[in-house]
Amino acid sequence: MSADVEPVLEISGLSVAYRSAAGDVKAVENVSLALRPGEVVGLAGESGSGKSTLAYGACRLLRPPAVITDGGVTYRGRRLAGRSVDILERSPAELRELRWREIAIVFQSAMNALNPVLRVRDQLLDVVEAHLTLGRQDARERVASLLDLVAIPRDRLRSYPHELSGGMRQRVMIAMALAVDPEVVIMDEPTTALDVVVQREILGQIVELKQRLGFAVLFITHDLSLLIELADRIAVMYAGQLVEVASAHAVHHGPAHPYTRGLLNSFPSLRGARRELAGIPGSPPDLRSLPPGCPFVPRCAFASDACTKLDMVLRPVPGASDQGHVSACPFVLPGAKAPGRPTEDVSEVAS
Amino acid sequence: MTLALPTRTRRARLSTAAPSRTHRLSTKARVGALICTLFVIAAIVGPMVAPYNPSFQSFAPVDILHAPSAAHLLGTTARGEDVLSQILVGLRATLVLGVLTGAIATVLAVVVGISAGFLGGVWDELLSLLSNVFLVLPALPLLVVLIGYLPQRGQTSTILVLSFLGWPWGARVIRAQTLTLRSRDFVAASRETGERTWRIIFFEILPNEVSLIAASFVGTVLYAIGTSVALAFIGLTNFSQWSLGLILYWAQNGNALQLNAWWWFAPAGLCVALLGTGLVLLNFGIDEIGNPRLREATGRVRIDGRAWRPSDPTPVVRSAATARAVER
Repeated sequence: MSADVEPVLEISGLSVAYRSAAGDVKAVENVSLALRPGEVVGLAGESGSGKSTLAYGACRLLRPPAVITDGGVTYRGRRLAGRSVDILERSPAELRELRWREIAIVFQSAMNALNPVLRVRDQLLDVVEAHLTLGRQDARERVASLLDLVAIPRDRLRSYPHELSGGMRQRVMIAMALAVDPEVVIMDEPTTALDVVVQREILGQIVELKQRLGFAVLFITHDLSLLIELADRIAVMYAGQLVEVASAHAVHHGPAHPYTRGLLNSFPSLRGARRELAGIPGSPPDLRSLPPGCPFVPRCAFASDACTKLDMVLRPVPGASDQGHVSACPFVLPGAKAPGRPTEDVSEVAS
Repeated sequence: MTLALPTRTRRARLSTAAPSRTHRLSTKARVGALICTLFVIAAIVGPMVAPYNPSFQSFAPVDILHAPSAAHLLGTTARGEDVLSQILVGLRATLVLGVLTGAIATVLAVVVGISAGFLGGVWDELLSLLSNVFLVLPALPLLVVLIGYLPQRGQTSTILVLSFLGWPWGARVIRAQTLTLRSRDFVAASRETGERTWRIIFFEILPNEVSLIAASFVGTVLYAIGTSVALAFIGLTNFSQWSLGLILYWAQNGNALQLNAWWWFAPAGLCVALLGTGLVLLNFGIDEIGNPRLREATGRVRIDGRAWRPSDPTPVVRSAATARAVER
């Protein structure tokens, strides 16, 4: 994916906070991320790192007391014919037009996102009829072809959600997200509740559909090894900030930021040699009062005094194979060994 | 146990009303609580502050069926009795009857409901059958027959009869809730850790139903007050004890409506209506405490001087953020 294509969704310097009596909880702090047409960008990070807040905040789906305190979100779709739209400036009615038609979401738990008392067909019809002006017959045909897309037999249209398996429900959710041909699909851990076999099946389907229909995907997950197989680029978040953005290949073979390495070590890779898994010691910091400098310092094997004075911006990683490889840590280079914990380096073992 | 729990929720309610918490009781609930409190106070001090003996009859022409005046704030009846005194004294009997009936019926409802829901099987069948039978009994006609034939028509017999006819609604609701709670994982987990059945019932399941039980109690109090007033109105009551219903009975008996003596029946009727309104509003409040989603659904959040509904898009407040940054 070349860097000069204009991004379809561009998040620049976005900050999101949750207002509380004890002060703002800065869930997302100054995050910039671009999603180009037809690209899969993976957003990785542990629970509470702000991945979902970033994605939902960019669509303005978060409920108050969440507030966007800074930044901009620009959307440029094909249907807008060259115009760009600042999502943060739009009125609720204008946002409603944009939602689903342009930016669709596959929610985390398909069990809760589908209405248990409505048939699958009626729920899909609702989406189609809300955004397209189609005749009854056309709308029904479109809904049926949506199920074809995700390889669910058409006779399932009459089923209720509880009559479908977990994987089928998730596929219905994906079909629903694709119902009105959006440009951007945000997938919030769509496979977390599924077993690995179904997970791979669905991921394969997402990739195939993406190639056929050409939408861009923002894929949120805590499973970095899954992203390495699926995503074009991977953005890693920690404590509400981006710590590393790189191509999937670069993340796999030469992760720069210590946190990315920690994440990689926490999951077994789907392919590759056996290795010992290591977690990241400690727990995420309190987002109400982040320490100055790098928030990962207390848990980092490479930490030094300079880290507490670090300005958290993404800098190009010197000598990286990928031109767009940026990391917030200027001290650790790909391949560097952690002092005192030499077995931690993934790149040697896994490649 | 059942007595200890409501006090705990009351304490919790007080702490949630404290300004440090984000949510407060809704206006509805507060108005309801205020009305009910006023009536409770009136019932406690009423007989002491009543200006006259409510049964004192004066046949002086001045005192008969006199419209409200300085001497008789709510006027007098056809027998020269002071209406205000009757109401102040009568409130206590009506309220005591309501609360006692509510308490007895709720205890019955909890015992039957939780046992049926938790024990299941034959017990559930039997207890459900019992509550269904009581549910389909036409309450008011039966009450008329029962109270009419009881050897003594007093407060006690009315309370007992109303209690035994008033529990099945609550029991059915509590049984249904117990059924859903019984199959939750935390109950399975507590059974797995070896807790005794009674402990599971009282410490795992019952606290989850406190708001339901409280709502059932308030609802039953309302039913008891309404029904007892209706019974008294048709003369099935103890004539030696003043209650709101008895005032209405005498007013009807004395053709107050035809004589345009509105002060004879309107105050007592308003008291019943107001008390009912207060109890219903209070019930809304209890609902909101037990079901946080109700609270959220109407709850607006104030951010930088503007109220935001939950359905609004995420607010963008750039200026405030920079102002804050400057402060630091």
